[in-house]
Amino acid sequence: MTVTTTWYLSLAAVLFSIGTVGLLVRRNPLIMFMCIELMLNAVNITFVSIGSHLNDLGGQLAVFFVLVVAAAEVVVGLALVVAIMRRRARTNADDLNILGG
Amino acid sequence: MVFATNPISAPEIVWWALLPLIFLTVSALLLLTVSSLLKRAVSWLSPAVSLTAGVFVLVSSIPMWNKIQDDGAVAFLNGSVGIDGSTIFLTSLIAIALIATSILARPYLQREEIPDSEFYVLLLLSAAGAAVMVAANDLIVLFLGIEILSIAVYVLVALHLRKIESQEGALKYFLLGAFSSAFLLYGIALVYGAVGTTNLFAIKNYLASAVLVEDGMLMIGFALMMVGLGFKIAAFPFHAWTPDAYQGAPTPVVIWMAAGVKVAGFAALIRVFPLTFASYVDEWQIPIAVLSGLTVVFGSVVAVVQSNVKRMLAYSSIAHAGFILIGVQSANKDGVASVLFYLGVYTFLAAGSFAVVTVIGGDGDSNHDIDAYKGLAQRKPLLAALFTILLLGQAGIPFTGGFVAKLGVISSAVDTQYYFLAGVAMLSAAIAAYVYLRILLAMYVEIDNQQIEGINVPKGVWVVTGFASIVVIVTGFIPGPIVDITRDAIPTLVSG
Repeated sequence: MTVTTTWYLSLAAVLFSIGTVGLLVRRNPLIMFMCIELMLNAVNITFVSIGSHLNDLGGQLAVFFVLVVAAAEVVVGLALVVAIMRRRARTNADDLNILGG
Repeated sequence: MVFATNPISAPEIVWWALLPLIFLTVSALLLLTVSSLLKRAVSWLSPAVSLTAGVFVLVSSIPMWNKIQDDGAVAFLNGSVGIDGSTIFLTSLIAIALIATSILARPYLQREEIPDSEFYVLLLLSAAGAAVMVAANDLIVLFLGIEILSIAVYVLVALHLRKIESQEGALKYFLLGAFSSAFLLYGIALVYGAVGTTNLFAIKNYLASAVLVEDGMLMIGFALMMVGLGFKIAAFPFHAWTPDAYQGAPTPVVIWMAAGVKVAGFAALIRVFPLTFASYVDEWQIPIAVLSGLTVVFGSVVAVVQSNVKRMLAYSSIAHAGFILIGVQSANKDGVASVLFYLGVYTFLAAGSFAVVTVIGGDGDSNHDIDAYKGLAQRKPLLAALFTILLLGQAGIPFTGGFVAKLGVISSAVDTQYYFLAGVAMLSAAIAAYVYLRILLAMYVEIDNQQIEGINVPKGVWVVTGFASIVVIVTGFIPGPIVDITRDAIPTLVSG
């Protein structure tokens, strides 16, 4: 049995869905960051496998941009969690209830 | 894709077309370096640099506009960046939002004791991201622009260090923003998988010429990109972050989010859907029409029941996003021109209205209940009069720019025979008018003389509200010249 591009794309779709559901279900901001990372890396798998399927370098190169963006996002996200942690012992998305929405 | 096939040959760069981007990034980096080297903080330095960059971008757009009108749009860097009329029009709107935010931020930051150089550096970087978005000719460049813009804004929202609401709003905005970016990116990856390129011009040509036998991947890509961009422009049901982020954020940041970020988000939407996916209009037109209808209704109705003016204006900005989406769904030239006109007027409306909110908010930026506006007409008659003009403009009363803008998008819905959508939009406009009326009534309520406290209105607020009111009235009486400009600014895609 050969592993075709479809397999990789399906894996990516499954990882992306796990990330999406995880972000919606879990309430700990750190776990929510991890879920976002999972979603972005699922996209990376998609880019790489499509790039190699089409024999196009563009797909492989897009991954580098995504990695940089993901790293920058984590830096900002963790800084925000630290800023909130200084004020409160627990950080849980449900404890963020000063604003009404 | 973006990259040269021969790695040695450097891609061609048209430097004059990158001037706005260069002004914004260079001034941000210079400001960051200089302000960290200075031994003592110089209070005027950061706003001055920010204002200068904004004015330079605005001034440089005039010769660029003339050149583009004469010679047509240009694309370079192997077709990944494209400069056309819409790019320059929207860049100048971004510069106006940047200038307004810079003017209003200075007294605000001093009052709230927020360190100012970080604020302006992040603001300039965010504006640079917006300038990338309006010039994007490649989906990856578009994504990078969105991220440069958003990451800076997440930090800006959290910048009021003494208010826990500020960080809370920022974390909510960040989580949903990153979530939506992942959706957008997955959509880009799937479109790339279906088409084999991320270049907008190449995608457009491919979709126009080839008939895809299996277009499931492309359709899912469309849907995911629509969700991702829907979050950025705060369309219903992707709006959940908006009221909290607006309420928590320092008010000058809200001006930037309402004016600058929204302009950039719609620029991305216009470049992707009506322009690049033009041959698949039947597939995406109805979903966007439905989104726009839901967004106008939801924004208008929920705004009515708010008692916090910042949240009220946040929901009204959702309603405005819905109106602009109506212009996007029409997918024709008049519709896109009406979107550009609406964005132009809305930039001024948002900047002027939130400028008043910065004043009334008072120390601590927390006095945003509608009762705080009671008696404003007695305390500051001129400010109340200017705010009246701006609120009437937001409501879309005839002889204001807001009316012309709403008329434009609604007539574009009529042109595409979405009569129901046009009806819903008009009804929602009537509901939304009640929101603005509530604030107006509160302002003109008579209060006891004892209760009258002096309000200190900084000069910058007079400048911004005054200028915005003048623009709103002028575009209401003589919209012709601006409408002509928006018609010349219709975006086009060209190859590199």
